[in-house]
Amino acid sequence: MSAARAQDGASTAKIAYIAREDDSFYAPGRTYAGILRRDRKSAIAGAEVAIQDSKAIGRAIGVDFVLLTLRLAADDDAAARIRSELNASGAMAAILDLPLDDVKRASGSLGDEALALFNIRHREIALRQETCRTGLFHVIPSRAMLADALSQYLLFKAWRRVLILEGAQPMDFEVSQAFQASAKKFQLRVVGVKKFVLGHDPRQRDQINVALMTSDTDHDVVFVADVMGEFARYVPYRTAKSRLIVGAEGLMSGAWDGAWERHGAPQLNRRFERFAARPMTEEDWAAWVAVRAVVQGVVLSRATSRAQLLRALKRPDLTIELYKGAPGSFRSWDRQLRQPILLHTRNAVVDLAPVEGFLHQRHNLDSLGVDESEFSCTR
Amino acid sequence: MAAAFRIHGRIGSWLVLAGALAAATAAASPAGAETTGLIIVSNEKSNTLSILDASDSVVRTVQTCGRPRGMKFSANRRQFYVGCGDDNTIAIYELATLKLVKRYRDIADPETFDLHPNGHDLYISNEDDSETTVLNVETGEITARYETGAEPEGVLITPDGKLVFVASEAANIVHVIDVAAKKIVKNILVGTRPRRFALRPDGKELWVSAELSGEVNIIDLSKLEVVTSIVFAPPAIRRDQVTPVDVLITRDGRRAYVALGRANRVAVVDVPTRTVSDFILVGKRPWGLQLTRDEKKLYVANGLSDDISIIETASRRVTKSVPVGIVPYAILIDD
Repeated sequence: MSAARAQDGASTAKIAYIAREDDSFYAPGRTYAGILRRDRKSAIAGAEVAIQDSKAIGRAIGVDFVLLTLRLAADDDAAARIRSELNASGAMAAILDLPLDDVKRASGSLGDEALALFNIRHREIALRQETCRTGLFHVIPSRAMLADALSQYLLFKAWRRVLILEGAQPMDFEVSQAFQASAKKFQLRVVGVKKFVLGHDPRQRDQINVALMTSDTDHDVVFVADVMGEFARYVPYRTAKSRLIVGAEGLMSGAWDGAWERHGAPQLNRRFERFAARPMTEEDWAAWVAVRAVVQGVVLSRATSRAQLLRALKRPDLTIELYKGAPGSFRSWDRQLRQPILLHTRNAVVDLAPVEGFLHQRHNLDSLGVDESEFSCTR
Repeated sequence: MAAAFRIHGRIGSWLVLAGALAAATAAASPAGAETTGLIIVSNEKSNTLSILDASDSVVRTVQTCGRPRGMKFSANRRQFYVGCGDDNTIAIYELATLKLVKRYRDIADPETFDLHPNGHDLYISNEDDSETTVLNVETGEITARYETGAEPEGVLITPDGKLVFVASEAANIVHVIDVAAKKIVKNILVGTRPRRFALRPDGKELWVSAELSGEVNIIDLSKLEVVTSIVFAPPAIRRDQVTPVDVLITRDGRRAYVALGRANRVAVVDVPTRTVSDFILVGKRPWGLQLTRDEKKLYVANGLSDDISIIETASRRVTKSVPVGIVPYAILIDD
């Protein structure tokens, strides 16, 4: 593990950032003819900016916040390696920038609530159900929250009839399922679910031709469940009727966006861009928030041990500035960060969820995602 | 010659008026100079200043540099300074003519600032650079820099010129700068996202708004610590919808006004008892506040309804709303 130098006189709070070599998440995504469509850079940049942002507050309370990096080799056993390295380094918390299986194994093997771990990447609803009594905190929103944000907006606009185009990948199925559950919750009407494939074979036109797929139902919007986005990017303007596209294209829901103008977001985006020379992505933002959650937990409780920090992170009065207006805190039932969700296009943020008018008996932010009474811990 | 002090509680600019201490009547301006009676509003998104006359009507719109926000009168009150964040500029305008007379460039993202009683040192919070810089407005030289936490905003200088307070929004800290020693001598931990200051006229307490905690923290200046806080709970408004920003304390130290941001209200506070006595509904997202010299009118800048609300302080009612530019931020009154 590499470590930054600690300043004299202060106590040190170490936060580990764990990544894996050859993680397919970071492999450049090229399409046909080598057109580069996706070029992800490590979200550690978000964590590094947060460490810089926390220097002043660290000085004020006499704590030096330090980021340690751990890189798992391609064939390393995540659980074993993480456990030994974390114990050796004395890290108080760890941010997991790892594939889903690694995240599940790490949180499972470290034992119930031994150490605060942060999920900054995986939106799967099932992950929250499986890790509910571990020390894993989810910063990135779940698919349920992302779907609810969109549903609230559609309801607000009275665009109630939704046609779903669903891709063939397992993740597309999950996105579609999450949206259908959300539509039911907010009483939108799903008028049809059409499965699509990529290709040109005219024998498969029912699953390829967008005009054909959108011609036989009456609908107000078209929701496209396409995580890779290859099909979705060609849906706008090819539909039979002039209807807006939402989901993977058109109006999208996300944790963060470079175009958000309010709540101090431009300041954070600018600080990040000056550091990383690129716009801040959702994962960058999640890594930033994870560090700030630890800092806030330490400030709130003067925590010096893992157990104290874990307790502090669970406190309902933990207020983390998310730069989205409302402060964040972690839900007690699934350790999900409650947060506003941005509804955005490719160059503007159209609205912020919870959409105005949507209330909740305890906490408005809990109108997004799986609520306490609906949540089932499968662990 | 006795000097009268007038407190602009907003960010705390101190003006030394040569002449007798004014009691109830409006004070005379320096050296018998006439005031214009103008009300100036900075509009951060339309890059303009809206100029209103004594009848509270917009008489002129002045185009400025990019993203004008903080404003302050010069020591002799014949000019005023405007901080343009997007153009890294402090622009200086002449009040009588509203002409731009000078620009100091390469001042990194100035947001707000306060003028030292010495009349020439402008302490500026540089939002993006996590710094407070001191600009000599006569020579244009940067004479000092202080490293703060991220996103410094509110700046307030004590009337004796000895201490400067700077709020660091992202670090939840109020930095205390000792002017003579030229360094930060204390970092006071406050609520989440501290924005603006007001000094009690007796000099005993510094009030700072904590936007995300929905409260005003009260710092005891003899201890330089937070001793208590005022929480704002307008009826039927959730705590996270209350985002206090500007704070003003009246000259007699009895009443304070706090702009409550997302709650769309201004709170009226009884200062000695620290209790909230009223909430006044204004426009959308009120941040900037300014009182007339006689404190009979309170002007409120509503950032998201692009207007200002004018409150009659005796009745605590809004008597007029005037549309101005896009995202009004701060208000100066030359009376």
